[in-house]
Amino acid sequence: MEDTIAAIGTPLGEGGIGVIRISGPQAQNVLEEVFEPGGDGGSLTGRRLMYGRIIDKDHNHIIDECMAVFMKGPKTYTAEDTAEISCHGSMVSLQNALQLVLRKGARLAEPGEFTKRAFLNGRIDLSQAEAVIDVVKAKTDRSFDVAISQLQGGLSLKVSEIRTMLLDLLVDITVNIDYPDEDIEEITYEKMEDNIVLISEKISGLQETAHTGRMLREGLRVVITGRPNVGKSSLMNALLRENRAIVTEIPGTTRDTIEESVSIRNIPIHLIDTAGIHETEDVVEKMGIERSKDAFNHADYIILVLDASEELTEEDRMLMSYIGGRNSLVLMNKQDLGMKLDPEEIRAALPSCRLLPASIKNGTGLDELEDEIESLVYGSNSPREDHVMVNNVRHIHLLEQASEDLKRSLQMIRRAEPLDFIEVDVRSAYDALGEIIGETVSDDILNEVFSRFCLGK
Amino acid sequence: MAKYQMGTYDVIVIGAGHAGCEAGLACARLGKKTLMLSINLEAVAMMACNPSIGGTGKGHLVCEVDALGGEMGLNIDKTFIQSRMLNTAKGPAVHSLRAQADKNQYHIEMKKTLEKEPLLQLKQGEVVDLLLEEDENGSQRVCGVILRTGSIYRAKAVILATGTFLGGKVFIGDSVYESGPNGLAPSTELAEKLREYGLPMRRFKTGTPARALAASLDYEKMIPQDGDPEITPFSFMNDQIEPFGGDQIRCWLTYTNEKTHEVIRANFQRSALFGGQIEGVGPRYCPSIEDKVNRFADRKRHQTFIEPEGRYTDEVYIQGMSSSLPEDVQDAFYRTIDGLADLEIVRPAYAIEYDCIDPLDLKATLENRTIGNLFCAGQFNGSSGYEEAAAQGLMAGINAVLKMDGKEPFILDRSEAYIGVLIDDLVTKGTNEPYRIMTSRAEYRLLLRQDNADLRLTEKSYQIGLASEERYQRMLHKREMIEKETERLRRMVVQPDVINPILTEAGSTPISSAAPLIDLLRRPEITYEMTAPADPERPALSHHEQQALKGPIRYEGYIEKQIRQVERFKRLENRKLPQDLDYMSIEGLRIEARQKLDQLRPVSVGQASRISGVSPADINVLMVELERARRSK
Repeated sequence: MEDTIAAIGTPLGEGGIGVIRISGPQAQNVLEEVFEPGGDGGSLTGRRLMYGRIIDKDHNHIIDECMAVFMKGPKTYTAEDTAEISCHGSMVSLQNALQLVLRKGARLAEPGEFTKRAFLNGRIDLSQAEAVIDVVKAKTDRSFDVAISQLQGGLSLKVSEIRTMLLDLLVDITVNIDYPDEDIEEITYEKMEDNIVLISEKISGLQETAHTGRMLREGLRVVITGRPNVGKSSLMNALLRENRAIVTEIPGTTRDTIEESVSIRNIPIHLIDTAGIHETEDVVEKMGIERSKDAFNHADYIILVLDASEELTEEDRMLMSYIGGRNSLVLMNKQDLGMKLDPEEIRAALPSCRLLPASIKNGTGLDELEDEIESLVYGSNSPREDHVMVNNVRHIHLLEQASEDLKRSLQMIRRAEPLDFIEVDVRSAYDALGEIIGETVSDDILNEVFSRFCLGK
Repeated sequence: MAKYQMGTYDVIVIGAGHAGCEAGLACARLGKKTLMLSINLEAVAMMACNPSIGGTGKGHLVCEVDALGGEMGLNIDKTFIQSRMLNTAKGPAVHSLRAQADKNQYHIEMKKTLEKEPLLQLKQGEVVDLLLEEDENGSQRVCGVILRTGSIYRAKAVILATGTFLGGKVFIGDSVYESGPNGLAPSTELAEKLREYGLPMRRFKTGTPARALAASLDYEKMIPQDGDPEITPFSFMNDQIEPFGGDQIRCWLTYTNEKTHEVIRANFQRSALFGGQIEGVGPRYCPSIEDKVNRFADRKRHQTFIEPEGRYTDEVYIQGMSSSLPEDVQDAFYRTIDGLADLEIVRPAYAIEYDCIDPLDLKATLENRTIGNLFCAGQFNGSSGYEEAAAQGLMAGINAVLKMDGKEPFILDRSEAYIGVLIDDLVTKGTNEPYRIMTSRAEYRLLLRQDNADLRLTEKSYQIGLASEERYQRMLHKREMIEKETERLRRMVVQPDVINPILTEAGSTPISSAAPLIDLLRRPEITYEMTAPADPERPALSHHEQQALKGPIRYEGYIEKQIRQVERFKRLENRKLPQDLDYMSIEGLRIEARQKLDQLRPVSVGQASRISGVSPADINVLMVELERARRSK
């Protein structure tokens, strides 16, 4: 009946597992686009829960391991085709997965929309109608409040600024189209291109902050790993000692790990020491690796601690192979005892990872480690400038949409296509930004046309 | 004063301007005995302001009116003296046709058409009151009109299309007097009655520039503006048309200068506009020259077109220069303009204020909410422009008849026609100034082209019984020709040696292996006509067919995208709201939303979502409520 909607179906930040629910005629397509079955393969029919991975096929990037199920309507909660993806990764990967789902054709559900659909499709009986109205209304109103309060900061200002630039351009285009005979400056392709390039850069600037914003809100899950006695606990203690410990609402996911929360340079960090895995289990080689893998799946960042005074062991190598392409850093500890590690060998195993020499005992290397964590969160955005963050999936999605629209309009401009097609994309970008700040339907373009140009018969 | 019965009709149309003419013709052509009243029959289809039809957005309206079986397109095709397609470089969706009309001939031809229409009767007379009665629910509805002479005419429906006659008041300097447009008598009593009956009346104003003698102009100092060598007719019924009475006539372009602005500035206080006498709200897109000089003080010049008023008159229209300054100042400032030094004004510029209604008091059918069976169109509804008036007149006429016959109303939505955009804007959002259509008001502009107006609309009108069999057959033929030709172009493969010379000459990259011709037609620098030498099998298409063929080929991707957007839009549009829904008792709705919905009574959830003061949360509540109501039945 409608378009396909998606949302995270579990409360944010309240559990290690998150479920993305997709409902609507495209649910199966969307799921197939993002999900790659693992193990023995099989197909996504028959309401069977399947193990696999969420993959961004455009960028060849694995987002998370997950379980997924497809349920054909009408015997579902909404009575529509429904897909559910349970990610066991961090909030960050859950959000990434949702964004991917949105990119593949679903739209973000409005608050209460699943319930609304369930009712409209006859899944909830009449006596519950009043309750449904309350839920829909309360949720919509509340989300509106939340949206407004989120916008109290600089984001709305930034988006408004960009939107004003787009408005200027749209006004020029509109007046050129609607007033062909008037004595006004003709808009050139060069001017449009210059403007759109500039506006696109501003939007990418905001998009880059999205990553930062999310990490700042959710906190960064940092897993410290390494074989026994390389200095994991000393590292954890050193970080805790030097920084302010914070109380976390996110409990540890397994009893085998030690988890502490700490604020490093104002970034909330959940430190997870896999110590327990190796030191309390008997079958180190077997179980330990399995559990480490699981911990890695939850992590935003992995710190592998190695003993620099010894050569790589089999266990080190195995850990490195499981870390693979994940975000990671190798801390070459015990520099005070000499350096026997071969950095080349480590680089060969972990090409994209940073190598950091350190001596936790002497306190060297810790500042560099914190620098590294900071730059991981902020990227190229300096944390000390006025930093506006985008941290809401809806906003990220809308920014992405605006940026796509502008990309298309640039193509049209470079092909010297006529104005009315260029206007379609520019207006679409303008509307997308308007949705972020809650301004959609309006006569602002025409108002500006009349106030800026002298027109008339 | 004695009153007496003068006859009974199905429909009475008050006013014979551009709205009234379309309304009257539509009713008569749909088989209704129709009476059309005008204060002065010389004012039938009078072009009281500019001598042209069409332009951006407006050209689209004329094509749509024509596609639905209206008269405006046919009438301007008979009486134009210059024609131009505007915006040809800016994309097929905004190509806009505009024709200069011979004003007098336009009036004569339209009057002839009205006179020849079997069921239509044209009469001179001023309506001073409406006859009202109570319907079965105790609401008031109209059942006739009373003329100044005492004559009573009865009818099942009345269409109000009073233009600037209603409560008309003219301003020239500090001279203010009751008058209709162009020195004609105003309607002075009807507006008071409408107020009395509870219609939410308001005052708008507009203005018109001076008319001068062409012989007093110095053409050496002005830039000529010629018509197009190849003329596109407005009407889909015409393949080829000739200008009325001979060759196309030139318009001329000239500019004001600092001296003009000095004269105007020195006399600001003598303008009715600044003197505070005018209470009506004027349109921002059509400011008077004193308004332009005031608001855009840094502009060194303003352009003006000199447009002939007809072939057999020496009068010209001085476009862009409307004013409410006194006559001596008018003489002085017009004469500072290049080429106008010896200008002889024959009709001074004036501002005119008139009574109109808040269009939120109208249903989407243009029926009034306060008085049943009273339909409204044109400037009375707060719009401006001949084309906007004609479009509403046609729709009001059709809907008056459909209601009378107990049939479903005819409502075009925003994705189907500019007419839909126009009427939806008026009745859903309202307007605070005389409303003008513009292409930027249409969300699905790429689909709403002039060239496909017949493909979009003629079938709908044919089903109602308005569009003629001939018109319908022409549309079917056109559709078939376009489909066939598109398909042929898809299959047609051109060889490099044949097409490359053409591509190279157009500055386009040559191809290295054979390619479908349709792919090459998507290049911006390549036109359909250009490739004819490489395409010997090409069928002969009519002008209209060629126009309608090109857009969809070049912009296939974009058009498909808009079609998908329209599908989403339609889902809410198609969810109809019962007209007797008790909004005030829906608990989940905010109070403001309840009141707005109760007042406007939208036809669909889509329309409800466009009402200011109705939030997305309210719409959700409404949808749930609808489902609940449906189930409890």
